[in-house]
Amino acid sequence: MKSLSKHRLAWPVIALAALLLLNQVFRPDFMSLRMQDGHLYGSLIDIMRNGAPTILIALGMTLVIATRGIDLSVGAVVAIAGAASCAYIAASPEPGSPVTAATAVLIAVVAGLALGVWNGFLVSTIGVQPIIATLVLMTAGRGVAQLITGGQIVSVSNDSYKSIGAGYLFTLPISILITAAVFALAAVLTRRTALGTLIEAVGINPVASRLAGLRARNIIWIVYVFSAVCAAIAGLMISSNVTAADANNAGLYIEMDAILAVVIGGTSLAGGRYTLVGTVVGAFIIQTLTTTVYTLGIPPEVTLVFKALVVITVCLLQAPKARNLFTRLKAAPKPAAQEAVKEKVAI
Amino acid sequence: MSPLSTLTPLTVKKPSPARSRLRGGARYAPTLATVGLFIAMFAVGAGMYPSFLSGQVFLNLFIDNTFLIVLAVGMTFVILTGGIDLSVGAVVALSMMVSATLLQQGWNAGAVIVLVLLIGGGLGLLMGLIIQYFDIQPFIVTLAGMFLARGLCYVISLDSIPVTEGFFTGMAQAQIPLPGDLFVSPGVLLALGIVAAAFFVLHHTRFGRTVYAIGGNEHSAMLMGLPVKATKVLVYALSGLCSAIAGILFSFYSLSGYSLAAQGMELDAIAAVVIGGTLLTGGTGYVLGSVVGVLVLGIVQTFIAYDGTLSSWWTKIVIGGLLLVFILLQRLFARKAG
Repeated sequence: MKSLSKHRLAWPVIALAALLLLNQVFRPDFMSLRMQDGHLYGSLIDIMRNGAPTILIALGMTLVIATRGIDLSVGAVVAIAGAASCAYIAASPEPGSPVTAATAVLIAVVAGLALGVWNGFLVSTIGVQPIIATLVLMTAGRGVAQLITGGQIVSVSNDSYKSIGAGYLFTLPISILITAAVFALAAVLTRRTALGTLIEAVGINPVASRLAGLRARNIIWIVYVFSAVCAAIAGLMISSNVTAADANNAGLYIEMDAILAVVIGGTSLAGGRYTLVGTVVGAFIIQTLTTTVYTLGIPPEVTLVFKALVVITVCLLQAPKARNLFTRLKAAPKPAAQEAVKEKVAI
Repeated sequence: MSPLSTLTPLTVKKPSPARSRLRGGARYAPTLATVGLFIAMFAVGAGMYPSFLSGQVFLNLFIDNTFLIVLAVGMTFVILTGGIDLSVGAVVALSMMVSATLLQQGWNAGAVIVLVLLIGGGLGLLMGLIIQYFDIQPFIVTLAGMFLARGLCYVISLDSIPVTEGFFTGMAQAQIPLPGDLFVSPGVLLALGIVAAAFFVLHHTRFGRTVYAIGGNEHSAMLMGLPVKATKVLVYALSGLCSAIAGILFSFYSLSGYSLAAQGMELDAIAAVVIGGTLLTGGTGYVLGSVVGVLVLGIVQTFIAYDGTLSSWWTKIVIGGLLLVFILLQRLFARKAG
């Protein structure tokens, strides 16, 4: 039991299980899945489908954070990708054809690639701190997206395009399958090759890894490109789900959710060791929280407060200092001063 | 300069603090560049639009941005210690909501202001305590703080609440005449007073020197026996307090409380501080630079308002571009100094 509770994924998994259980108690049919018209339906599927863009972005973010970086620009990339693809479809001579949709997807992914190269250039070649380097695109990116859409919400009607975010394949929503594929790709690339170790090495000690002959610059470049491409695909999902590009609101604050998912999942913002599975669990926790609020009948206005409290609780549970305090309290239930500190935080 | 980097041509990140800080004369360079940019932008504006070159246009930059100036002051303290505060925009909105609601219920304006300041300062203090005593990154803690404050706004009300109370409307309409047919709002004087106080605290008190020392090298500061822990907590409390003041100033300006107000204002504040020449790694920067940073953001908006044909999204693109230029300038100065 002790070794289990020390596993880095223990707290996130317990938190997720507790949330799911809470839902189950209040709504007995919560876990049930049903087939309808060859499609799977159910709350769990909804959570996965609604969480797909966040998971996708959080996967990219995990690798960036593992190199001691951070990518604040993903929300802006989501907006740009959606704006570029929808603007292309809306302006094309055949707005309904699958070829147009495929070209639009290609445009969005290439846009993501280019923006990732830009971030990577600033961070690795110029040597700008990641938080500021990506702040530039975060600030300017939404403006660029509005420039592309002309400040309007561009709506499109293209069935192929719509299926990215709202379609089904093999009874499952396509967005879930895309996310699973990206997860598998990232997991295989970083865990079955040396790439994962190299990323961790750069995050743990950039100087040492450089002295060991590692081309840290390229590694950093790769993670920013990966993050931006993930964000572009997420942008496709979000815009295709509503068949429109909203430059103002698409992916708003998604960078915050993604970073939270990574941290809740157990990857330290200080870089180094990372866990992709943990990130997925973290993203599920965030998405389940939203669902829980509805299940419990809490007014939706309270969602954010609830989220803030859960985030801070999970972070406190993971913080080594808080854990030490906890074990010390258990060992010697004496010092009143420490308890006072703990109570202050619990408010 | 770390001896290692001379051995290695493949430089990626310079973790040595000496490298990331600016030295000697170069220390003032980014701030001076900002001042130069501001003057140049004003000159270009004056060349393009005859009515641009007036004292009132200049003073309006202050009147329209009092809250951002105060936010940037608080943010400067936090960033100087190497931290960040993402909660400021949400705390501004919360302060507006609390004051609008309580004023509507007939509370006394003075009591409301005191309460709002206590809430803002208290929230900042709480975040500072968590950051310091549980060793969680400022980014995450203040992000949770942002969710909490924004969430509390939603809990209070989803609608916009007008402020009709006498003191607030009085402050909104009051004009303090200056020689030459010019005027400023009382909020401007308050904001400038806070800037002056911050300048004094940063450069003439132990607390201020400790702030710079922490940003330079936290470990050294600790070994020197400086009160690192208390200072780091206080810096966040200060930023929370500044956010609350900014919220009240914004209430004077907009005479309403709305839960979606001040969205993204934390980004404006951070941008102003960076454009003003403060390094996000901490240790280098000036509060007066941040004020000039706010004025630069303000003049960009004035430009777009004067032009009339440019759409509002150009503001974002230009601010992003300016951020980029200043970041690159800082790197350049840092290289030269190193």
